[in-house]
Amino acid sequence: MSQMISLKIDGESILVPAGTTVMDAAEKIGIHIPRLCYHPDLSLEGNCRVCVVAVEGFDHGLASCATTAWEGMEVQTNSPMIRQARRDIVELLLDNHPKDCQTCDRDGNCELQNLSYRMGVRERLFEGKRKQFPIDDASASVVRNAEKCILCGRCIRVCGEVQGVFNLSQHGRGFTTVVGPANLGPMDESACIQCGQCVSVCPTAAFLEQDHTERVWKALGYRRTEKHVVVTTAPAIRAALGEAFGLPVGTPVTGKMVTALRRMGFDAIFDVNFSADLTIMEEAHELLKRLEGGGPLPLLTSCSPGWVSFLEKFYPEMIPHMSSCKSPMQMQSTLIKTYYAQQKGLDPKDVYVVSVMPCVAKKFEAARPEHQLDGVPTTDAVITTRELAQMIKSYGIDFQKLPDSDFDHPLGTSSGAGDIFGATGGVMEAALRTAAFKLTGKNLGNLELTEVRGVTGEIRETSVTLAGTTINVAVANGLQNAKVLLDAVKRGEKDYHLIEIMACPGGCICGGGQPYPPIGTYTMNRDLAKARANALYSIDSGKTLRCSHDNPDIQKLYADFLGEPLGPKAHELLHTHYTARTPRGIR
Amino acid sequence: MSLPVRDFYRSMADRVGKNLADQDLGNKILVQVGSATCEHAAGSQAVAEEFVRHIRASGRKDIIIHRTGCTGRCSREPILGVQLPGQIPVKYERVNRDLVHRIFIEHIQGGTPIMKHVLDHSTEVMPEREFLFCEGSRCQRPGGESLRDRFNAMLAARGIEPHQVHVAAASCFGVCSLAGGAPATYVLARPEKVLYRITREEDLADLLAIHVAEGRVVERLRVLEEPIALEFLERYGDVAFFNRQSRIALRNAGVVDPDSLDEYVGFDGFKALAAVLERGEPEWVVNEMTKARLRGRGGGGFLTGTKWGFARKQADTTRFIICNGDEGDPGAFMDRSMLESDPFNIVEGMIIGGFAIGAQKGFFYIRAEYPLAIRRIQHAIDTCRANGLLGTDIMGSGFDFDLEIRLGAGAFVCGEETALIRSIEGERGQPKVRPPYPTDRGLWGHPTVINNVETFANVSAIVRFSGDWYARIGTEKSGGTKVFALAGKVRHTGLVEVPLGTSLSRIVNDIGGGVSGGKQLKAIQTGGPAGGFIPASMQDMEVDFEPLQKAGSIMGSGGMIVLSEDDCMVDIAKFYMAFSQEESCGKCTPCREGTTRILEILERITQGKGVLEDLDKLHRLSRLCQRTSLCGLGRAAPNPVLSSIKHFRAEYLAHIQDKHCPAKKCVALIRYEINAEKCIGCTICDRNCPVECITGARKEAHVIDQAACIKCGNCFDVCKFAAIDRV
Repeated sequence: MSQMISLKIDGESILVPAGTTVMDAAEKIGIHIPRLCYHPDLSLEGNCRVCVVAVEGFDHGLASCATTAWEGMEVQTNSPMIRQARRDIVELLLDNHPKDCQTCDRDGNCELQNLSYRMGVRERLFEGKRKQFPIDDASASVVRNAEKCILCGRCIRVCGEVQGVFNLSQHGRGFTTVVGPANLGPMDESACIQCGQCVSVCPTAAFLEQDHTERVWKALGYRRTEKHVVVTTAPAIRAALGEAFGLPVGTPVTGKMVTALRRMGFDAIFDVNFSADLTIMEEAHELLKRLEGGGPLPLLTSCSPGWVSFLEKFYPEMIPHMSSCKSPMQMQSTLIKTYYAQQKGLDPKDVYVVSVMPCVAKKFEAARPEHQLDGVPTTDAVITTRELAQMIKSYGIDFQKLPDSDFDHPLGTSSGAGDIFGATGGVMEAALRTAAFKLTGKNLGNLELTEVRGVTGEIRETSVTLAGTTINVAVANGLQNAKVLLDAVKRGEKDYHLIEIMACPGGCICGGGQPYPPIGTYTMNRDLAKARANALYSIDSGKTLRCSHDNPDIQKLYADFLGEPLGPKAHELLHTHYTARTPRGIR
Repeated sequence: MSLPVRDFYRSMADRVGKNLADQDLGNKILVQVGSATCEHAAGSQAVAEEFVRHIRASGRKDIIIHRTGCTGRCSREPILGVQLPGQIPVKYERVNRDLVHRIFIEHIQGGTPIMKHVLDHSTEVMPEREFLFCEGSRCQRPGGESLRDRFNAMLAARGIEPHQVHVAAASCFGVCSLAGGAPATYVLARPEKVLYRITREEDLADLLAIHVAEGRVVERLRVLEEPIALEFLERYGDVAFFNRQSRIALRNAGVVDPDSLDEYVGFDGFKALAAVLERGEPEWVVNEMTKARLRGRGGGGFLTGTKWGFARKQADTTRFIICNGDEGDPGAFMDRSMLESDPFNIVEGMIIGGFAIGAQKGFFYIRAEYPLAIRRIQHAIDTCRANGLLGTDIMGSGFDFDLEIRLGAGAFVCGEETALIRSIEGERGQPKVRPPYPTDRGLWGHPTVINNVETFANVSAIVRFSGDWYARIGTEKSGGTKVFALAGKVRHTGLVEVPLGTSLSRIVNDIGGGVSGGKQLKAIQTGGPAGGFIPASMQDMEVDFEPLQKAGSIMGSGGMIVLSEDDCMVDIAKFYMAFSQEESCGKCTPCREGTTRILEILERITQGKGVLEDLDKLHRLSRLCQRTSLCGLGRAAPNPVLSSIKHFRAEYLAHIQDKHCPAKKCVALIRYEINAEKCIGCTICDRNCPVECITGARKEAHVIDQAACIKCGNCFDVCKFAAIDRV
């Protein structure tokens, strides 16, 4: 179809489609050009210069990642000059980087460290002064450590191109260039929506999540005497936690995870998937109510705290469209401190709730004043999948050898609908399963709505007709896509009833708190996202209980405690509100 | 073809001609005051005001104050020109209010120029006549320079004194290729403003017999073609600094009133645009540029015709043209001067360029630090728009094109074309990977041509006099002239425009008047902060893109700094490196980190802490920057280091091995000592020492406490008996 061009790389002729970059062309013949600022899902900047190659006719090197091959091009990827240049570039980066690898969060998973080893930087030739910047840990979720920044610009690109937030940019110039939000103000006062994608794409530890492990260690330390420590895990954790222990991508590890948590000493281990089912109950009823009562439509899902923040900051006029449902995590924590505490006869103040989340923004969500019970946050600590993996490792638990075990009950029972929350389109699919039942009185024949099962970075839309009612739905992941969708709705071009939006590309499975993929693969990689999503879908399809409304513990919860969906008790405990938070300087 | 254009131009030229005729300038006394930024700074406004007061007080109606741009004679500003009808114009240097008074009384009212204050004055009396013999350094003239010697001899034989008839050498007038035929020596006679073509000695005899003796024009020898810079030579021809130049880009600088469209049109302004629009063939314009071998004057040296051709060939018909006026080299100001002194010329060049590439819109990108340039260009744009020279249906040709100014915020890197584009787009000004080049995908993704101010300044001249004419003025590979900002340890600093291929020595010694203070020339630094050093031994080198590059320097935008024996090469290299390091945008690793490390090493060396390996490291880092930086600025940044190591390695070794600075510039490596034999104990050094480290009784030799001395050099400067040695 597309025109082919021929070029020579290291003397070898190769035919590639026009438009192929030199880096990709080299890859085809087994030459892996070292790289650093490159990210396959972001625009090509060519600014680290690690991937330079010599091209016939040029007296300087070209960045192979950002150079499109042309007919008759002759490329040298590995001349002694180029190799020395690459080594020196990596050393120059190291020379302006703290020497604290051993105590760094990214030790062992740092792209700079890895590159330094591979390029053979064994001595420092040019070392001199080092840039100095304070650490910005004002944000509840994201910590910015500019001293570790190597200015690859991935965070800037992901924040703008994928998330549409454009919070980060470079400031200053030359040696003192620094990446940060507008006017280099603190992150918590910036336009940051705390999704943590900057953390995901950062090759070093310039962006990290706020560490909550210390809180958890502390809680676990004085359990039994003072606190009843409950842990609850999000749907997407089980799809990715195994990666941190060398298991293949896409291996579901629910049982091992529960065993590990039990060994760590948590008093109760619950599943956020339970509250995912509960969310569906509330949200499906909210949708039906709005369909009957005339709006406002479309109803927007509210599970993703990054997305909630994005809406409050950039689309405050659409707040009435937002579902008032708390996120599953907050429903779960609230129930632990009310329903469960009551059952156990505990004072809610003596219950300590730890949430394990694939998400960085959940740390921010947990800190929101709306999510407090008598002045105490319902969720006391939020750790990411990465943090959990690190804790398990520090316990000396051999994860791969762990036997499976089951969650505690009642807040550990979930349907397949709750399980798929972690993948983009999952909430939509789960909600439609229950909405269908409510409208038609019976479950859908085929429960799998593959039309809304999305891929990273796509907008999907479909229509479902249930008992004569047509419901137009759309699914977006990545907030740039959300923008496209919302703008279309605002312009009146689209007439949706329900929109699911997840802040992170691919949904929670590729959240900002998920394990860093092995060096050489990247977050937002489609295969990675697909494998993790398939892990969730396989859990769903392996279950007999696949609809939220069929979950017996949910039914029991309504009967014993909440009353009915959207009822007064449910409203008090399970619903929240939103506030316009337009960042300063915007609009 | 297109009659409307011809009619449009004719009616505009007629109107202007009538206006000028009404003013009857030929019979009036013209007082010319510069009004560019540098002239303002030197006090030209006060001078002009003083003159106005005098004119008013005298009640005379035949004296006209004429505001012009800058001629580029920096160190002597403000410069004031006085032209009495029928006399050679006189230029005064460093004029102040007192001098205005004297000039008014003695020269304007009394008719006698005050020779002592005449710019670069060499004679005691103003000559009645002057003959400027062209002396292009690159052409084969009949009889060579001997024709001028011969004429001098003939004058002497007649008993005519040099103060009556002055004979001077001038640079190429660019007339040969205009007039066609065999090369000849051209002679400009002032004040008649007549150009003669001289091929034989007999012609000189006629000149003497008819022109000098009888005061009549020798019609037989008269050339009707006018050299492009005739007006300029007419006004400034008596100064060696000026008459050795060949002014094309700067032809109107210091001649026209920058805010007057009429004056510009009076000097054939917009004639080129009219010709282009009348022809209506963009390809023809591109061809002329190609034939002219006009190379980008911003530093890259890319052939303008080729660049325009690339943009023209694009399928995308939304195209832009940008004038890069983000001049940022320290000490360079040719772009500013051209924007301020001849704004209409640049606008005309851009319209022609826009027509040639098929652009609908052009942008001036001017750094915000040039408020006057911005104001003048804006005025020129507004005036052109009001007069049908910009906007829709330009000159009735049907061509629509408009211009807009965008301001640069002071980042050096925004002079790099991709960074400039980003800056105009509203992004952070940082370069982008090329290819794709802007001619493929530039501003907002559309084909875009970016040229430097000076490049555009040449366009109208090329269209008017043909590409071949322009090409012949320069060298094989580069046509035309280049403007240099001559500065440093040279007697005459300022803007110098010479044909490409002129030797460095001619620029520095003949035009610049040699090294100031009678010192030895050590090196010439060209190309701004990213340029290199040409050692004195290579001063006969021709100035052109390739030879400079071969010598480890670059043409750059045309900075030319003269260095004398008092300059330390390591120190100067450090100065330029500090500039590049400071101005690095921070995008790519080699430039951001590499320049910092290079600077650190240079600092070590100048502090006497260098080791021999540092030379290898400098070389390695410099080559790294050259080979792997993202943009041209990063790749050129280490040039000062590499070229100084190449040509002055011994000086580096002296710093590193002997801990000695041969030029005695590096403070850490020098010390001051008092020569007990010369010291008479006057105590002046003691009294001027800020750290009180000099001791000694009155009328006895003093001593410096080396441990306390901060080497400020105060004692050295104040000692009247040369008793303090810097060692």
